[in-house]
Amino acid sequence: MKILTCVKYVPDAGDEVGFESDFTLGRTGPSSKLSELDEYAVEQALRLRATIDGATVTVLSVGPAEAEVALRKALQMGADEAVLVSDEAIAGSDVFGTAAVLIAAAGYLDEVGLVMCGMSSTDAGIGALPALLAEALGWPLLSNAAEVSVEAGQARIVRSDEFGTRVVEAALPAVVSVTDQSGEPRYPSFKDVLAAKKKSVTTIGLAELGVEAALVGAGAARVQVTAVVRNPERAAGRVIVDVDGSSVDDIVEFLAAATK
Amino acid sequence: MGNVIVLVNATSDVVDAASAELLTTGAGLGSVVAVVPGGGSDALVADIAQYGAAEVHVVSCPQLSDSLVVAKAALLVERAAETHASIVLVASGLEGNEVAALVAAKLGAGLVTDAVAVRADDGELVVDKVVWAGKYTVTAKVVAPVAVLSMKANSCVAVVAPSQPEVRQAHFDFAAPAPTARVTSIEPAATSSRPKLVEANVVVSGGRGTDGDFAPVEALADALGGAVGASRAAVDAGFAPQPLQVGQTGKTVSPDLYVALGISGAIQHIAGMRTARQILAINSDPEAPIHRLADLSVVGDLKVIVPAVVARLG
Ligand SMILES: Cc1cc2nc3c(=O)[nH]c(=O)nc-3n(C[C@H](O)[C@H](O)[C@H](O)COP(=O)(O)OP(=O)(O)OC[C@H]3O[C@@H](n4cnc5c(N)ncnc54)[C@H](O)[C@@H]3O)c2cc1C
Ligand SMILES: Nc1ncnc2c1ncn2[C@@H]1O[C@H](COP(=O)(O)O)[C@@H](O)[C@H]1O
Repeated sequence: MKILTCVKYVPDAGDEVGFESDFTLGRTGPSSKLSELDEYAVEQALRLRATIDGATVTVLSVGPAEAEVALRKALQMGADEAVLVSDEAIAGSDVFGTAAVLIAAAGYLDEVGLVMCGMSSTDAGIGALPALLAEALGWPLLSNAAEVSVEAGQARIVRSDEFGTRVVEAALPAVVSVTDQSGEPRYPSFKDVLAAKKKSVTTIGLAELGVEAALVGAGAARVQVTAVVRNPERAAGRVIVDVDGSSVDDIVEFLAAATK
Repeated sequence: MGNVIVLVNATSDVVDAASAELLTTGAGLGSVVAVVPGGGSDALVADIAQYGAAEVHVVSCPQLSDSLVVAKAALLVERAAETHASIVLVASGLEGNEVAALVAAKLGAGLVTDAVAVRADDGELVVDKVVWAGKYTVTAKVVAPVAVLSMKANSCVAVVAPSQPEVRQAHFDFAAPAPTARVTSIEPAATSSRPKLVEANVVVSGGRGTDGDFAPVEALADALGGAVGASRAAVDAGFAPQPLQVGQTGKTVSPDLYVALGISGAIQHIAGMRTARQILAINSDPEAPIHRLADLSVVGDLKVIVPAVVARLG
């Protein structure tokens, strides 16, 4: 069984990258990388692989050629193989366009028994793809898991959200997404990095997947970005250095004014 | 812009703050059909009427509690189809965003999750969303006939505008078209006597710098009548439970006053509190990034300063 793990290539939150003239985010910032929230998905996929007979981990990304960087990182962490879907026609897709490509790729790859995702992309932050994948595949959705396990073909997650903590179960195949509470991602060792050099990244386009270009890209998007504005940074205020509680008067005065 | 479906989750007899904001937002866009899945009390319906709804649909559904999000989404899809709604509004959150996605997929609608503002402009729906750890605000227009939006808390101020809505009781049986996940146990979210984090006027948060002792954080929160928050490092270390986390993967707060105690001010934390009106930071490291955005920055030891401040506040 393949554990198909969906990962996104994103700019680092600290990067100063801009937006293109069509308002799409410049994906290839100086430190663009595997989304930190998707590292959790890779980590859990690797942990599950160790508990399921014959399981392998395939990482999948939809993005520009540079997204290979993200897949390489996942291979270093221990994934078995990597697939990049890259096609000019995909640029500017909304979440439904990206979902259509990921769904087609899940169908194109054999023996997928589990799709793993992060909770959200760190750049666009939509938090929607796992649900869309489950819906389209007709598979159960076990999303935003703080814990995940698979036993005898049954997946089980623990999820905490605005409605409390729930245990959710389903038979495989299923779609699982994990939160940043699910367990710290491993850091690849030098040996892992060397081993990953022997692994390859397969790049495919829409033609291989049989996805019509008209279904994806900016033209098919149901939401069009019309402006992007840099939010103003907050300005620094007054700084005081405390010596043995010398700041207490100033703090009390500040609190009184701020809560008036 | 026609009918606007607003999802109101019935957790008590009073509309929660997020739903009240949605009702206000919806009333500014069209005729609001408030949908209460799973059944709501008369008191809740009366409270919904405080915010200008045209209709309230109380919809029972036996499958709601066993299924994670799919039954709720299907219920909303049915209501949206029946009322020919052109807009569906739900509150942001792990569940809200997924419900929005599923509803949008079924309706062929445009989807924006975590929106912070929405307006009708020349017959088009225009939506703002803050992305990339709070760095940018993106404005987008929905070019599909139906829009489904999840809205962040504190996107607007709920306005009381009493109406006399038509109240309908309905029933929805969810027949899953495919295998779905089953909820096998539920533990409701813990309640606290303190104000709710996202609704509080004052939030006092502790970070790794508390060294695991949240007593000063809680004491200051209580002295100010505020809520307690935490950084992710504090949550990861087990100092505070995850529902109190402020930031990119936690809650977004927008209080009058935010107090950061022993928090360095990483970009992912700032993303959750950058719109606070006033910020006080106490951090022993003069180089901590939090000092670059606080209105009052105190370089010092929170363990010495906070108890003294609490004593003075009496
Ligand atoms: C994808 C992603 C999502 C994330 N989401 C979130 C999120 O939602 N929320 C969040 O908070 N973080 C989030 N983070 C983590 C974030 O990057 C930081 O690691 C985290 O915010 C650090 O928490 P902290 O400030 O408590 O700890 P630290 O960075 O360790 O800072 C502790 C501070 O305490 C100070 N200190 C120590 N002792 C004292 C004392 N006695 N008195 C006063 N000050 C003292 C130190 O000087 C230091 O500045 C996320 C990270 C990623 C990659
Ligand atoms: N371009 C992409 N390629 C592969 N996986 C993706 C892509 N975008 C999103 N995902 C997956 O979907 C999850 C949720 O993303 P989103 O709904 O975009 O916030 C991410 O954590 C990834 O696991």
